[in-house]
Amino acid sequence: MKILVVDDEMDVQALFEQKFRREIRNGEFQFSFAFSGEEAINYLEGHASEIVMILSDINMPGMSGIELLKKIRKDNPLAPPVVMMITAYGDTDNYSQAMEFGADDFLTKPVNFTELKQKLQERYEG
Amino acid sequence: MEFFLLTFFLIQFIRKRLETATKLPEWEKLLIGARYVSIGLVAAFYIFDESKLVTWLWYPFVGYIMWIIFTKDVFKPVRSLAQGAFPFIAIALFTDFAELIVPHKLYSQYSDYLVTAKVFAFIWLFAVWYNSQKQQRILDKEREEQRIKDEVNQAKKEALEYLVTERTIELTRQKEELQKTLDELKSTQVQLIQSEKMASLGELTAGIAHEIQNPLNFVNNFSEVSVELCQELEEEIQKTSLPEADKEYIAGIISDLSQNQQKITHHGKRADSIVKGMLQHSRTSSGHKEPTDINALADEYMRLAYHGLRAKDKEFNAALVTDFDPTIGKVDVLPQDLGRVFLNLFTNAFYAVAEKKRLNRDNPVITDYKPEVKVITKMFANKLYIRVIDNGTGMPESVKAKIFQPFFTTKPTGQGTGLGLSMSYDIITKSHDGLLDVTSIPGESTEFKITIPISTKEI
Repeated sequence: MKILVVDDEMDVQALFEQKFRREIRNGEFQFSFAFSGEEAINYLEGHASEIVMILSDINMPGMSGIELLKKIRKDNPLAPPVVMMITAYGDTDNYSQAMEFGADDFLTKPVNFTELKQKLQERYEG
Repeated sequence: MEFFLLTFFLIQFIRKRLETATKLPEWEKLLIGARYVSIGLVAAFYIFDESKLVTWLWYPFVGYIMWIIFTKDVFKPVRSLAQGAFPFIAIALFTDFAELIVPHKLYSQYSDYLVTAKVFAFIWLFAVWYNSQKQQRILDKEREEQRIKDEVNQAKKEALEYLVTERTIELTRQKEELQKTLDELKSTQVQLIQSEKMASLGELTAGIAHEIQNPLNFVNNFSEVSVELCQELEEEIQKTSLPEADKEYIAGIISDLSQNQQKITHHGKRADSIVKGMLQHSRTSSGHKEPTDINALADEYMRLAYHGLRAKDKEFNAALVTDFDPTIGKVDVLPQDLGRVFLNLFTNAFYAVAEKKRLNRDNPVITDYKPEVKVITKMFANKLYIRVIDNGTGMPESVKAKIFQPFFTTKPTGQGTGLGLSMSYDIITKSHDGLLDVTSIPGESTEFKITIPISTKEI
């Protein structure tokens, strides 16, 4: 399963790669990283059909996670990827906005990796 | 006979003019007596065949009456009238003397003149009386008119006074209303300033907390994942064909690394909980009353205030005494707001004891001064009582009267806004319908007492 992680923090890549070391080695998950909304859009243009799941931060400079979500939902009405939003601001505004624009799930930072892993595996198996 | 008429009418006149029957009862009796005397004398005169002796008796009698009139002050109003009788009395006296001394022949010769003079004197007397009577009547009439006028004026005056009183009451009421509105406006303004301050401070704190939280998350996540990596590394080492001694040495290093990572995680989590606490404190007041553990809240803020002061003054210390009523349980209050009140009261209490300690050090008055701040909670008859007591500097009455006024502070410039207690007062009295009282003994102690009524449905 190919997963695109979108976050303006570069260290997210190292963190994910280490946290999911086993799963990556097993070939369960394949991670790609984009460090802004714009970068994510560019990446999706080339690999639209590959990506099954997108994990995106909401508060990013430039295109925000919500805008990215809107664009993804608009551009890929067929075979839509699963989109999970991750944010440090766990307020209801962000949550309802994300849900309104079609997010599949909503996680708050600090990310509970045990929980995330479980959710990803459910999607992978299901 | 003439004297009878004179005295009789004079007495009547006096009685009428002075209204002796009602105003001077003791004189009334004497006047009535005098009347009987005059009747008696006139009767005696005729009984004793117009005796000259009786005629002579009139003189002392009339003289006595005149003497009374001209010596006693009560008779002043009738003196002018009595004067009118003088010519007659003089002529009568002269006639009687003449009759007695002058040879009869000579007297007869002039007696006609004397009688005529007597008659004229008598007429004169009555003319004077009549005139006086007339003047008196005019005077009475004028007096009556004046009285009516006065009455009308009095009524007008009273009406005016009533109006003035009414207006005054109305104005006073309006003044009080305006004063009340002004006071409310003032306190609202103060509350606005304070809430504005708190809001910006809250935003700032929230911003800082969020900024810190992101890097902190990385610290925690990486340290966590490093612990996992250490475990993996340990497993991998076992698969290699290194000598056992090396393996053990490597395992030891890995174990230390893992422990270090765990320490990083542990302290990172600690920092995280502080950041979370900051976020919670900076959260704007929800305005909803929540069931709150008062004792825990008081304790938390007592420590917060204590450490706040300790951070500024390392030498400072004070005994923190708590006397909590364990039966209070949870009470519906605004925890954020009540927390601010606690923070203010405790900060002031610690400031007072620190100040006293400082003064005592510069000029030792009390040997062995032990700063102490005490908080007592008590639930009694549906009321929650919270008392904050310090044995600090105390305050004089003049200061005590002003402490709840906005912008009043005794602290040096820049150290106090003067809004803390006024804000606290508003929170207790307005948001919680409670009371905030203060008692203080200058130089010895200060006690703040919060009383919050609790709605019975909660219990």
